[in-house]
Amino acid sequence: MIHIHQVSKTFEQRIGGSYKALDNISLTIGRGEFVSLLGPSGCGKSTVLNLVAGLEDHNEGTIEINGKKVNGPGADRVVVFQEHGLFPWLTVLDNVAFGLKQKGVGKKQRHELAMEQIKSVHLSRFADRYPHELSGGMRQRAAIARALAMDPEILLMDEPFAALDEQTRLILHKELEEIWMRTRKTILFITHNIREAVILSDRVVVMSTRPGTIKKEFAVKAARPRDSADSVLHHVENSIMAALADELEKVVREETGDEYSIKKNDFPGTAADSLGGGI
Amino acid sequence: MQTLQAFYDGFVHGDLLEATLSSVRRLIVSFIISIALGTTLGFLFARFKLLDDTIGFLVVALQTIPSIAWLPFAIIWFGLNEAAVIFITTLGATWTMALSSRTGIKNIPPIYLRAAQTMGTGNGLKMFVQVMIPAAFPHLINGVRVAWAFAWRALVAGELIAKGTGLGQLLQEGRNLGDTSLMLCIVIIIAVLGTLSDHFCFKRLEDKVLERYGLAGSKTK
Repeated sequence: MIHIHQVSKTFEQRIGGSYKALDNISLTIGRGEFVSLLGPSGCGKSTVLNLVAGLEDHNEGTIEINGKKVNGPGADRVVVFQEHGLFPWLTVLDNVAFGLKQKGVGKKQRHELAMEQIKSVHLSRFADRYPHELSGGMRQRAAIARALAMDPEILLMDEPFAALDEQTRLILHKELEEIWMRTRKTILFITHNIREAVILSDRVVVMSTRPGTIKKEFAVKAARPRDSADSVLHHVENSIMAALADELEKVVREETGDEYSIKKNDFPGTAADSLGGGI
Repeated sequence: MQTLQAFYDGFVHGDLLEATLSSVRRLIVSFIISIALGTTLGFLFARFKLLDDTIGFLVVALQTIPSIAWLPFAIIWFGLNEAAVIFITTLGATWTMALSSRTGIKNIPPIYLRAAQTMGTGNGLKMFVQVMIPAAFPHLINGVRVAWAFAWRALVAGELIAKGTGLGQLLQEGRNLGDTSLMLCIVIIIAVLGTLSDHFCFKRLEDKVLERYGLAGSKTK
């Protein structure tokens, strides 16, 4: 359904020169699949999502949705952003109904459909509030309701729960899984959280960094609805952790210097002026 | 005391009321034109860099010209009448509204535009009316307030010279007749109208907008 074929993306830098963010990425996502894109910070996962959404252009390769090339953003691939992106001048109800308004749906019907989605994310008591009157978790739920109200074939979620606390995140995981099992949409989910990726997806695609490429794919063959105590999930998590280890090392080394090793867990520098670290 | 007498005379016998209404009418007409023109100009500057670099620069220069300097041109083009006054009043307010609008639109957080695009808003009029204007509203309201003040100044300046009924004309009359109490009357009316309109109309609007957007700041009890 989504075919990303040998795609590369280079950014022109302000200070001159160019930065190759993505190098020869190929990925296929089937209809109704829940796929997570996982990788350390800066590996280009959000860039992949932006390319699929049509918010940015790629330099090489092709991206096709249902056989048609991606030309620009559109209502068939709605994005849920990390910073929710709700419009502050509209109430929750109007925000959720916004996409329907763009489609030309009449007011009464719009509001009915919007209320349905608001109920499904358990926000019905807050439908007439403005975004600044909601908590972070509620805003994110409203953003999800807004995306779902448009009933798109594809849902693109860019680290949607990254800014939330653990409890809210766990609740939203369950809600998202329930929504997916009910609607069977195709979901491309970006995250840097291994547990989140494993507990939600059918497939986890691990990316390597600088430049971003696809390192390895892991199929999560666990029963749904997912149970966090399931040993299959732990097994997959460990495999992913091992695959990610060298990527993380690469990233940290760029920051702290060449002696860091994630397996040995030691930090560089027993300098004379360090106050006895490592005791 | 004389001033109070002049007030009374003016309103009951004279044309103070008529003059005030004429002035306000002209002001509102010019104001509406300048807001519409200024907002559109500002949007064009924010959207098309070419326009911004060429005409945008011109607008900044034009803004520094005091409205009264336009008066000779206005008189030549429109004659010594109402149209000239409306012309310079509109000029007075348009440039400042354009700059406010440009800043407002340039400062819209890109995420609103991206979110709207992924929901099928497109990049034309729909985006402008449904997303860009509301997103830029806090800046625009501030621009409107400033434009109102500029328009007032330009209006009175223009009316001093043009013919017709209006507060500026009466002020000029008072000067010609040496009637200081009449002049004082007019000045007081101008000040009061300006303050009232700003406080009850624009400031209220601005506060409401800021509150809805969550920019109102914390309330200390």
